[in-house]
Amino acid sequence: MAGETVTASSYIQHHLQNLTFGNHPDLGWTFAHSAKEAQEMGFWAVHVDTLGWSVALGMLFLWIFRKAAKKASTGVPGGLQNFVEIMVEFVDTSVKETFHGRNKVIAPLALTIFCWIFLMNLMDLVPVDFLPRLFQIITGNDHAYFKVVPTTDVNATFGMSLSVFALIIYYSIKVKGVSGFAGELTLQPFGKWMMPFNLLLEGVGLIAKPISLALRLFGNLYAGELIFILIALLPFWVQFALSVPWAIFHILVIVLQAFIFMMLTIVYLSMAHEDH
Amino acid sequence: MNINLTMIGQAIAFFIFVVFCMKYVWPPVMDALRERQKKIADGLDAADRASRDLELAQEKAARELRQAKQQAAEIIEQANKRSNQIVEEAKDLARVEGERLLSAAKAEIDQETNRVKETLRSEIARIAIAGAEKILEASVDENAHSEMLNKLAAEF
Repeated sequence: MAGETVTASSYIQHHLQNLTFGNHPDLGWTFAHSAKEAQEMGFWAVHVDTLGWSVALGMLFLWIFRKAAKKASTGVPGGLQNFVEIMVEFVDTSVKETFHGRNKVIAPLALTIFCWIFLMNLMDLVPVDFLPRLFQIITGNDHAYFKVVPTTDVNATFGMSLSVFALIIYYSIKVKGVSGFAGELTLQPFGKWMMPFNLLLEGVGLIAKPISLALRLFGNLYAGELIFILIALLPFWVQFALSVPWAIFHILVIVLQAFIFMMLTIVYLSMAHEDH
Repeated sequence: MNINLTMIGQAIAFFIFVVFCMKYVWPPVMDALRERQKKIADGLDAADRASRDLELAQEKAARELRQAKQQAAEIIEQANKRSNQIVEEAKDLARVEGERLLSAAKAEIDQETNRVKETLRSEIARIAIAGAEKILEASVDENAHSEMLNKLAAEF
């Protein structure tokens, strides 16, 4: 929290500011001390908290699954193996239901997306002040910014959705060839005499995929986080009554958003594989 | 809300995670799952086969039991028939034997009767001659009249 004179808006703004390390035009490579400084750094800045948490959670996911995979046996599975197998099977079924081609990237990709996003969303259930305050105590800086939910950072969601977009383009071209993909963008729905119009329609449809993917996840989690922050502003005796139901409801949102991101990725990639 | 380098960092991390997952997590888990599926399917197949075998064996056992029973019944019937036959044969044999014995006895009796008759006959002739000798006192020539008396005795 930002010291003695905490107002509601400064509290909220403080909570929505990432810990940014970047190249400030006047100060050089440094941590941003304010939202304005962070903005002035432009593109050449890194949200250390977002990257740190997402990488840590991704590694946690891979560590758990790798541990189970190493010990995977065909006998009676233990608890961890059981859990991992259920997840893998669930993802595998989802992929098989939607995607009928042969592609050994999509299933692991979907698993990574689901588990990773789920873990990142899960950070939303940690009380809003807990980890930031801990971080401030550890660093000794009472004004340090710290956002623990990577998916409330639009960079994180766009990082993933643009990767998916790159895969869509890659597979579209790989499966249909450059001309086939170009034809798909320009020759439908209205035939070749309406080519510019077709390109506009299909182009918008194509571009909308990564944007909607990223913004849906970001919007849901950002809103959820914001409500937690607003609840945290209330007197302590109502906080519990409000944050518990919201957290319980949020469990649903967390899983659902991870699932939607995964499913849409599968759907987009299967569309990229289909010839019209 | 600034778009910055974080996005690229996130994409790189994403890429690395996916590759790791694809190489080191997905294949072993899927292999284990598939192998277990196969094992379970095999086990179920084996169980099916075993129960089918059991059914067949039971059927076979019932069939053989039925056959054995039938055979036993046949054997008993045959034995009964045979024993009846033997009894009949024995009866016939006994009757024949009895008849033979009876006829032999009859023959013997006849023979005996004839022999006795013969004896009796000669005896009577002698007695008659003796009697006549007594009555006639030597008036009768034994040599002259024995032929006549023998004729008389033969008339008995």
